[in-house]
Amino acid sequence: MAELHLKSWRFRAEREADWRRLEKLLAKAEAGGAANLRRDELLEMPILYRQALSSLSVARSISLDQSLTAYLESLCTRAYFIVYGARTRLPERMARFFARDWPAAVQALWRETLVSFVLSAVAAVVAYVLVQRDPDWFHSFVEPGVASGRDPTATTAALRETLYHQGTASESLSVFATFLFTHNAQIALFAFALGFLLCLPTAALLVMNGGMFGAFLALFVSRGLGLEAGGWLMIHGATELFAIILAGAAGFSIGWAVCFPGERSRVDAAAEAGRRAATAMAGVVVMLFIAGLLEGFGRQLIQVDYARYAIAAATLLAWLAYFYWPRKPAP
Amino acid sequence: MSVQAALSRLRTRRAPRPPYDGWRELVTPEGVDLRLKVGAYAERFAALLIDFAILFGSLAVFSLVALGVFWATKATWGSEALGVVWLLGVFVGRNFYFLIFEIGPRAATPGKRAMGLRVAAADGGRLTADMVFARNAMREVEVFLPLTFFASRGDGVDGALIGLGALWSLVFVVFPLFNRDRRRMGDLVAGTMVVKAPKKVLQPDLADTERTASRGLSFTPAQLDAYGIKELHVLEDVIRAGDRKAMAEVAARIRGKIGWEGPGDIADRTFLNAYYAGLRGRLESRMLFGHRRKDKFDVG
Repeated sequence: MAELHLKSWRFRAEREADWRRLEKLLAKAEAGGAANLRRDELLEMPILYRQALSSLSVARSISLDQSLTAYLESLCTRAYFIVYGARTRLPERMARFFARDWPAAVQALWRETLVSFVLSAVAAVVAYVLVQRDPDWFHSFVEPGVASGRDPTATTAALRETLYHQGTASESLSVFATFLFTHNAQIALFAFALGFLLCLPTAALLVMNGGMFGAFLALFVSRGLGLEAGGWLMIHGATELFAIILAGAAGFSIGWAVCFPGERSRVDAAAEAGRRAATAMAGVVVMLFIAGLLEGFGRQLIQVDYARYAIAAATLLAWLAYFYWPRKPAP
Repeated sequence: MSVQAALSRLRTRRAPRPPYDGWRELVTPEGVDLRLKVGAYAERFAALLIDFAILFGSLAVFSLVALGVFWATKATWGSEALGVVWLLGVFVGRNFYFLIFEIGPRAATPGKRAMGLRVAAADGGRLTADMVFARNAMREVEVFLPLTFFASRGDGVDGALIGLGALWSLVFVVFPLFNRDRRRMGDLVAGTMVVKAPKKVLQPDLADTERTASRGLSFTPAQLDAYGIKELHVLEDVIRAGDRKAMAEVAARIRGKIGWEGPGDIADRTFLNAYYAGLRGRLESRMLFGHRRKDKFDVG
């Protein structure tokens, strides 16, 4: 005697099988992505999703069973995230990142890149001049841990030794390279994340980094080791300093969007800048990885100054061409 | 223009935002509002603690295994590779644990999943890899910076500076409490938010009128008009919870209120079930005619 049943009871009885079917497909998709579904299941999903959505709006207006509406809300939300979720797979996503997204993000940051380059360069020049006048300044720019004996008190011979130091078998180049990479990546992430605080901490990090570079250079130049030190620093520095400047630029773009959001709300502006900057930052981590390899292996294995300079110039040119070579706009 | 008029104009310029109630509307392209619940601060904190327990636990196990292998082999060539593996492992763990889980189809780390949370794009669009990367890169200042400050020790000026730094970094920790959607800075920068996405099971319908009618239990319209939707939902909760004592109490209350004169020897559960079905039928049919009776005081 179906007439005795409530409308909402019959409503549920008619559709329950479809909901259960959708639930099953969702469990499958959530366990391993949409790739886990068969072709017909994939086609079925959006239809079931729309059915569930329409069930939800009907249930809201005719049913007072709160457990039913709560169930449908949870079911629709889960289905919504699967149906409208990102569907690209990781390899495709990676390919697009290297082919288009990364250079595009870096190109979009050209103003900020220029600013952070100028900041670093000015800091380097100031540190260079100060240390040349009075070597005591060196300690203000370089932490003793980083200097590890390469300071004004060291003898020229000892300094030369550090430039052409060949790791003995017991000393592990690869460990050193890995350490440098993780260390620098952490610093770059900081430069990016601190940009949110109105650019200032990022600027301070860039100035510190530039100052360290200038102070080192001044120390070595004062001992007549300028050319050699340049090669020693630039073989990986061309990549590493570029990466840190880009990280600073990414931080600046967020801070700038927070300070001057324009027509949009501050939150929207920050979110937009944040997404673009994050793409650039993912690339910065890749660059730092390469820099770590160059620093750990390349610098210890290649002992000829001109070869070091050649590698530095080649990497710099390669990066510039990769980032700024005009591309066709994305379809 | 008087001062008061000017002030009121100033006040009305900005549309008042609805107060925080933990809900957030998300309208799908099909035009249905899914009504998401924003993840509460405590839940997110708990999720973070779970994730940290997993992360640091596995890092500790990983380090122990690395150390064990080192001791066992005692080979010089081995120690180098081991050092690289360890450093990279810690780096990947610290920076990519959150990233990898949140890029996946569930958009949640194990801790978030345990608390029924997931990451969603704040505008209701699709969650992209860039967003997840941005929100987790910001974690560096929001979580690891305060931790560094709290872990460092110093005397005199150093100590004072560390104290100030800790105080300053506290801003990040309490930041989510000061906005409507409980978003942390990483969420703002990435344009994401954390919402509740619990898995609900479909429970049996309580209003199985065919069964209750067969028991000969029926109520007059006047008896069914005693309560509104709010009471119906409370009744549903009581029946589903199935607590004998609470059911007896509620059944006695209802019997008294409606002046029940039917058979008195029915079990409380059966009685409540029957009344629930009757009340729901009555309220639902009135709803179809456009009258939603909020609660028992709503007699208009």
